[in-house]
Amino acid sequence: MISARGLRKSFGDFEAVRGIDVSVRPGVAFGFLGPNGAGKSSTMRMICCVSPPSGGELRVFGMDPAKDGPKIKARLGVCPQEDTLDVELNVYDNLYVYGRYFGLPRAEVKGRIDELLDFVQLTDKAKAKVDDLSGGMKRRLTIARSLINRPEILVLDEPTTGLDPQARHVIWDRLFRLKQAGVTLLLTTHYMDEAEQLCDELVVMDQGRIVAHGTPLGLIQQHSTREVAELRFGVGEHEALAAKVEDLAERIEVLPDRLLLYSDDGEAVIDAVHSRDLSPVATLVRRSSLEDVFLHLTGRTLVD
Amino acid sequence: MTDYADSGPATAPTAPAGLVAGALRMGDYWLTVLARTWKGGVITTFVTPFFYVLALGVLLGGFVDADPATLEGASTYLAFVAPGMVAAHAMTIAFADLTYPVMGMLKWQRIYYSMIASPLAPSHIVLAQLGWVVLRALFACGVFLLVLAAFGVFETVAGVLAAWLVQGLVVLAFATPVLLFSLSIKGEESFALIFRLGMIPLTLFSGTFFPIGNLGPVLEKVAMVSPLWHGVDLTRMLTLGELDWGMVAIHVAYLGVLAAVCWWLAIRKLAERLVS
Ligand SMILES: Nc1ncnc2c1ncn2[C@@H]1O[C@H](COP(=O)(O)OP(=O)(O)OP(=O)(O)O)[C@@H](O)[C@H]1O
Ligand SMILES: [Mg+2]
Repeated sequence: MISARGLRKSFGDFEAVRGIDVSVRPGVAFGFLGPNGAGKSSTMRMICCVSPPSGGELRVFGMDPAKDGPKIKARLGVCPQEDTLDVELNVYDNLYVYGRYFGLPRAEVKGRIDELLDFVQLTDKAKAKVDDLSGGMKRRLTIARSLINRPEILVLDEPTTGLDPQARHVIWDRLFRLKQAGVTLLLTTHYMDEAEQLCDELVVMDQGRIVAHGTPLGLIQQHSTREVAELRFGVGEHEALAAKVEDLAERIEVLPDRLLLYSDDGEAVIDAVHSRDLSPVATLVRRSSLEDVFLHLTGRTLVD
Repeated sequence: MTDYADSGPATAPTAPAGLVAGALRMGDYWLTVLARTWKGGVITTFVTPFFYVLALGVLLGGFVDADPATLEGASTYLAFVAPGMVAAHAMTIAFADLTYPVMGMLKWQRIYYSMIASPLAPSHIVLAQLGWVVLRALFACGVFLLVLAAFGVFETVAGVLAAWLVQGLVVLAFATPVLLFSLSIKGEESFALIFRLGMIPLTLFSGTFFPIGNLGPVLEKVAMVSPLWHGVDLTRMLTLGELDWGMVAIHVAYLGVLAAVCWWLAIRKLAERLVS
């Protein structure tokens, strides 16, 4: 559905996207995981035909965005990072005018609106002004709007950033249903739990480059151990103590507030730490996550 | 909890077949804007003309004891000022519709960005927006002309009809540069500038309320650069039935070229802002 080869984007002499290769097959939920400024939105905007690539090759539905932008856009759904709803119109009219941009007959747009409002659970808000909606509702409305043309690919740029946990779960549930209905999802996020929950396949992006590619589980297996032992000592002690425990794990990461010891058996690591007469303030054993993959690949945390 | 339903008719979404077809897809958008703003428009459309006619034409005009020879062929001051007020009204509509609303669509609500995410292009957006303001101005100026007609200031029906249609060109000659300006600025602070240094001086010194000959030979030449003077003079020739075809051609060409050039530049500017 989408293929990019050596895709680049520069703004002046700043390179936001530095040659990425991606290929997205029909029906998958494909994620771009990366911190602020990684180049995720820049990539999405090129795919959505609103930002001409500075180099490389890009094909969407086999077409070239530079030549067939309108044809591609007719078949895409776009949920941008920043809301672009018309806050002076009500929920219903936002969907209605948007459907008309795609050349759909009035009656058909109306039928779809009823279905979509139901799908995003905004039926009772149909006549409400957008201004009066909560952040989560606005996001759901944006998703409904992006579905009005029954897109083959739905592009979601940080669909849940800034929402509270409950609102995020509602959106995840809706996106999951879209995935089951066969819509190809392309989403960016800097939440590893979002990527793990929703994506079949993902790339980890950092500073305009793709640093890893795979399934969430595959990436964790490839770049991390099964478990992680987290040790919390007094403020400022972590750096010095790292040397005393680093032989206990396959790999160690020193964060300002804790040590991460990577091992397939976290409990054993904790026991060994205690047997060395070290007493961390707090300990925790957990499974490795994409956060650990990112940390390993870039030496930085995803959300700062 | 319902699943994603994509039942019912499934017309395939398409790219628009042409410029006009694309702009027409935005017709329903502009109708929703109308539905939400018409109440405010009623006052400006129906009441304001009466105030102007009353205050400037009848009351002020009662003091103006000008020799008809100095009024470019008008028999009364009201007949002189009437076409000027109509053209100035068209200009005001252009300023009102293409300043703050454009900034809102670009910066505050960003709905231009939603439009560009659909199969529509900047050229469609600009055509629809300008087409809309032309319709709005024709309606408002039509009402204004009808009000004035009641005062018996027009010579022929054909002249008034032509003067009415000309307002479409007048509004475009302002709407296009103002749109270009609104798309070019960073923040809305700059609007104060074009209202104070643009719209108000244009209204006062473009032959609307007095012949530009009164400005003296030098300033008269300056006033001739004003698009509003071209619009006013053209409208006045038509309502008074004092046609100088050479001047008609000059006015139409001036306004037409200005509108066409700024239209083209506005499309480019909008594309530059939205596509980067
Ligand atoms: N129009 C632009 N002009 C100049 N620089 C830009 C422009 N758009 C993006 N950038 C820069 O490109 C880099 C990548 O931006 P981008 O928005 O693609 O990142 P992102 O991964 O989406 O980050 P975020 O999580 O903050 O949304 C940033 O450093 C940003 O400042
Ligand atoms: Mg972004």
